[in-house]
Amino acid sequence: MPEISVKNETLNCILDRYKRDRGQLISILQDIQAEYNYLPREAVKFVSSELGIPLSQVYSVATFFKAFSLQPRGRHTIHVCMGTACHVRGAAQILQQMENETKTCCGETTKDGKFTLESVNCVGACALGPVVVVDGEYAGQMTVNKVKPLLEKYD
Amino acid sequence: MITLKIDGREINAEPGKTVLEAARENNIYIPTLCVNEAVAAYGACRLCMVEVTRGNRKRLVASCLYEVAEGLVVETRTERVVNIRRLVMELLLARCPNSSEVIEMARSMGIDSSRFQSEEDDNSCVLCALCTRVCREVVGKSAISLVGRGTNRKVALPFCEDTDACIACGSCVYVCPTGAIKMEDNGDVRRITWPSSTHEFKMKKCASCGSYFAPEKQISFMIQKTGLEAEKFDLCMNCRP
Repeated sequence: MPEISVKNETLNCILDRYKRDRGQLISILQDIQAEYNYLPREAVKFVSSELGIPLSQVYSVATFFKAFSLQPRGRHTIHVCMGTACHVRGAAQILQQMENETKTCCGETTKDGKFTLESVNCVGACALGPVVVVDGEYAGQMTVNKVKPLLEKYD
Repeated sequence: MITLKIDGREINAEPGKTVLEAARENNIYIPTLCVNEAVAAYGACRLCMVEVTRGNRKRLVASCLYEVAEGLVVETRTERVVNIRRLVMELLLARCPNSSEVIEMARSMGIDSSRFQSEEDDNSCVLCALCTRVCREVVGKSAISLVGRGTNRKVALPFCEDTDACIACGSCVYVCPTGAIKMEDNGDVRRITWPSSTHEFKMKKCASCGSYFAPEKQISFMIQKTGLEAEKFDLCMNCRP
């Protein structure tokens, strides 16, 4: 997937929202992530020079938190729960089926930029297990057969 | 002055000093890997753990960060301290099975092998962050940092390739306690190898003898820092009047 072109006005708008306060670096990065669905390299460099924080420090923060991604991500994020309760009810097969249907490996983004497939260790909805969360929407009692219809709902 | 006890000895120390500093001033040995007087204490290697008693409470603390206090009782060689140090050393040994510095330090503590499974790759970085701290606090460039987290944590340039901020001074190489960063000068090229990537930098030629004596970017940085004319930096150490 090609990198998205970054608009300086958008970034300036986000920076102004936090009064260009260095202490708000994480909030700023979160807003950029929300805007582009990932942290484009240009944006990370722009934030570094505008806030006067060395690029290495911004990069350090951006790689530390799992909420940030430095790779372009799909329009929809699929989280397959691999927690204990989901695991014993066949989460592994659900994930396998997800990988087959999206033709991508866990942790990666589909070629058409539609989905990013990830596993998580518990989403706290064990009673619904096995659970799959797409863009924050929970799909409980998943089965291998329900995978395809679920994915077809998104475009 | 503050009075405290280390290993049963009454010791006077200035307020604000750390337990490690007070111990070293009095020739009491505490092992460390991540301490260097050029930079602020950081508490990364955990080898300097000691047991402190205040009132009825005993606890393990990193002596490089723990400040002296009136009436503090410090033990540097109790069974608990020796055990925890051993554990830390064995973890370091498992992480860096091929680093001669780590092996030697382990030997000096009577440790030949680790109870933990050794890492397979040829890693010798203990993540003490001395390199990144020197780059930030002493050089003032902050060209490298610790990136990632957990088992993926490593010393790296931004995006593992952005050398814009690096002046190739080699401070990170000199300060590394385990030789995890390598540097090699070969003609007009200086090659620095960090645990994540290798990069080459152009060297400056001496205007008189023609030898390559320092990285071009380091010279530019020095010109900018000192405000002197560029010609002052044309000659190598040997050719200077």
